[in-house]
Amino acid sequence: MADRAADVRVRDFKEVDLGMTVDEAIAEAERCLQCKKPLCVAGCPVCIDIPGFIAEVAEGNFRKAAAIVKEQNMLPAICGRVCPQETQCEGVCILGKKETAIRIGALERFVADWEQQNGLVSPEKAEPTGKRVAVVGSGPAGITAAAELARAGHAVTIFESLHEAGGVLTYGIPAFRLPKEIVKTEIDQVLEMGVGLKKNYLVGRSLSAADLLKYDAVFLATGAGLPSFMGIPGENLPGVYSANEFLTRVNLMHADRFPVFDTPVKHGARVAVVGGGNVAMDAARVARRLGAKVTLIYRRREEDMPARLAEVHHAKEEGIEFATCTNPTRIIGDQFVTGIECVKMTMCKLDASGRPSPQEEKGSEFTLDVDMVIIAIGTSPNPLLVSLIPGLERTRKGNVVVDENGKTSIPHVYAGGDIATGAATVIEAMGTAKKAAAAINRMLREE
Amino acid sequence: MYTVNTASEIAERIYEFWIRAPQVARNARAGQFLILRIDEQGERIPLTISAVNGDAVRVVFMAVGKTTQHLATLKAGDALADVVGPLGKPSEIENFGTACVVGGGAGIACLPIIARELKEAGNHVIGIIGARNAGLLILEDEMREICDELFITTDDGSKGFHGYAADVLKRELDHRTIDRVWIIGPAIMMKVTSAATVPYGVKTFVSLNPIMVDGTGMCGSCRVTVGGETKFACVDGPEFDAHQVDFVELMQRQRIYTDQEKAAVERFAEHTCRCGEGGHHHG
Ligand SMILES: Cc1cc2nc3c(=O)[nH]c(=O)nc-3n(C[C@H](O)[C@H](O)[C@H](O)COP(=O)(O)OP(=O)(O)OC[C@H]3O[C@@H](n4cnc5c(N)ncnc54)[C@H](O)[C@@H]3O)c2cc1C
Ligand SMILES: Cc1cc2nc3c(=O)[nH]c(=O)nc-3n(C[C@H](O)[C@H](O)[C@H](O)COP(=O)(O)OP(=O)(O)OC[C@H]3O[C@@H](n4cnc5c(N)ncnc54)[C@H](O)[C@@H]3O)c2cc1C
Ligand code: SF4
Ligand code: SF4
Ligand code: FES
Ligand SMILES: [Mg+2]
Repeated sequence: MADRAADVRVRDFKEVDLGMTVDEAIAEAERCLQCKKPLCVAGCPVCIDIPGFIAEVAEGNFRKAAAIVKEQNMLPAICGRVCPQETQCEGVCILGKKETAIRIGALERFVADWEQQNGLVSPEKAEPTGKRVAVVGSGPAGITAAAELARAGHAVTIFESLHEAGGVLTYGIPAFRLPKEIVKTEIDQVLEMGVGLKKNYLVGRSLSAADLLKYDAVFLATGAGLPSFMGIPGENLPGVYSANEFLTRVNLMHADRFPVFDTPVKHGARVAVVGGGNVAMDAARVARRLGAKVTLIYRRREEDMPARLAEVHHAKEEGIEFATCTNPTRIIGDQFVTGIECVKMTMCKLDASGRPSPQEEKGSEFTLDVDMVIIAIGTSPNPLLVSLIPGLERTRKGNVVVDENGKTSIPHVYAGGDIATGAATVIEAMGTAKKAAAAINRMLREE
Repeated sequence: MYTVNTASEIAERIYEFWIRAPQVARNARAGQFLILRIDEQGERIPLTISAVNGDAVRVVFMAVGKTTQHLATLKAGDALADVVGPLGKPSEIENFGTACVVGGGAGIACLPIIARELKEAGNHVIGIIGARNAGLLILEDEMREICDELFITTDDGSKGFHGYAADVLKRELDHRTIDRVWIIGPAIMMKVTSAATVPYGVKTFVSLNPIMVDGTGMCGSCRVTVGGETKFACVDGPEFDAHQVDFVELMQRQRIYTDQEKAAVERFAEHTCRCGEGGHHHG
């Protein structure tokens, strides 16, 4: 288990974390207590048989280990890399109480990578049922539901508006954290189960909502891709990006390799990134790789940042400066961004989420000279399709309202992932998709 | 893959392509656009849907930079990697009474589909199409066939009225009632021409052309200010109330990548002459 040296890796987009060797994996697996009532499994939203697969790793049966993982999770190489394990499986591992938790994510990644290198084995499929299911969106929720439904014997078609599948896995999370070949291999494995993928289909426009509803069942997994802006002066100046735009230009369109690839992106010399989540860390580290000196501006304290711990740590190693307890008030510039005016924040009483709510400190304004600003303060559910489906109930924030099985206000329409929960995580999106797929399967079999 | 059914140069540097894209053709309405990508290295560029026939759509584009110049080298039978659409909101078409559609340069390409829907809704349709000179005027016959009246303007007087579309629009507004106006062309032309309808209080639409990436509302590259509010042109537009649009900001944002665009065109020119592969660059 090793990270490439920070001063080397900031010059490319190759993976930072090199993963475990065979010996390391076996040694780590041998530490597992093989609990009778494993807490770790309850901490995994897709309920992987964690002690089960770890036991096989300890024995060196990597193929068997991979089969056990894929029983519950068709995207293990992805999850092993991007799950916030510290708040999921590893956070509740019994060993974490005394010493260090088992590195479940790293082990999962190890077996998934081993299987990719040694030949993938496709899971079994049930007899065809003759039922047609439409899945809208090819992010982790859509892919997971499609895999589950195909396994159950239904004819599944995924519709994706972009020219590549994967959702945030493809356009959002950078290659140095999640190599794109890994994503492609795991998605291809699902497609090889007979799932149809129609790219360049913006449902609601390329396929009408009425035609969508003609499928026997529909799973909406359109994500939370609508970027929020702060609403401060200067935000529309050239040089101000949403994190989604900046990351899409680089990850999906390969603007880092302009002019070999046609899409341009600005290479700032001094970049401010606003936010403290995974998205902000990714944007900051991409900007760093394009040659910038980067300052991350976050309105609370470092310990309040919602980003994965590993990414905060990596960002610091790579020389990203943190301006915490700081909030932007104005972006300055005439033709192009030249600076960002900020104010210091003091932490006061706890808010509803249990975090201290920041308050502006009077007279503490200061200006950072920057030539580019990236806003990564969050996203909300994609409104386009869901607003075009008559009778589909939504919350005030735009999330599709679902019951515990992902069922919406329309009988044969289900939803999962960020469109239902609001921006969350890959594994939570997959967990909701699995529940919905199980419910869709029950519905289609009862008919 | 999306096949180019026909490709022709209809005026200097202006090309008309019919592209096979069934899911776009089946659902396209006036005012909508598509986004295409030529090949795996390509960028995504938006083009207005100018007409529909069966499972094909027409686009008309001006070769201005790397991607449109590259596109212009394609021939009938060639394929595009990606076409997605129809994107954006359809034009708001009703029977208003008298409607006027005004186009400048390549922007004229956007008019036929709107004019046709206006006509079908029962409007008396006036067309005003303008170009720098007679040689750059496009789709004149088609517009003459659809519109009840058609006026032509050229900046140099080589055909029709000697002057700008805005002049003819003002002249018409002075002596008759026009209930709705659409103005489509370069940003500066839309800014100037839509100013002409302000004193008459006529609701006027323009189709905005900010820089886009996804075209589905997920990046905000296309944000424009309309009536003091930020809108995403690809999903909230592209048509907006002309009198509310911040054109200065739009034009400023259109220039974000001027340096890179210049470099890309130069590299493309070098590449096409050296390898003679008709613009298909490798690595
Ligand atoms: C930069 C970034 C970094 C992140 N890092 C992490 C991390 O490290 N760990 C983690 O667990 N989570 C992370 N997340 C969050 C995680 O990626 C999301 O929670 C997850 O991807 C949600 O999955 P989804 O399938 O619901 O939606 P998405 O992944 O957003 O996919 C939705 C898909 O639907 C498509 N679509 C939308 N509308 C339509 C339509 N009308 N027709 C057809 N297609 C449509 C979109 O193009 C997209 O491909 C990160 C998010 C971002 C943006
Ligand atoms: C909704 C919409 C509809 C359009 N319809 C038409 C049309 O029917 N016919 C036509 O000729 N042109 C149309 N355009 C403009 C067309 O997209 C640009 O001319 C084209 O992208 C230029 O690409 P390029 O690489 O050849 O030129 P470049 O040299 O890269 O750019 C030239 C100029 O075009 C604009 N531009 C560049 N990239 C983009 C992009 N990704 N998205 C939008 N604008 C960009 C910029 O202002 C730039 O300065 C439309 C634009 C929009 C937003
Ligand atoms: S999928 Fe995520 S939460 Fe589940 S075991 Fe793997 S790393 Fe842990
Ligand atoms: S809780 Fe920890 S020690 Fe127990 S089975 Fe799970 S991973 Fe092994
Ligand atoms: S082009 Fe990305 S939001 Fe409009
Ligand atoms: Mg270009």
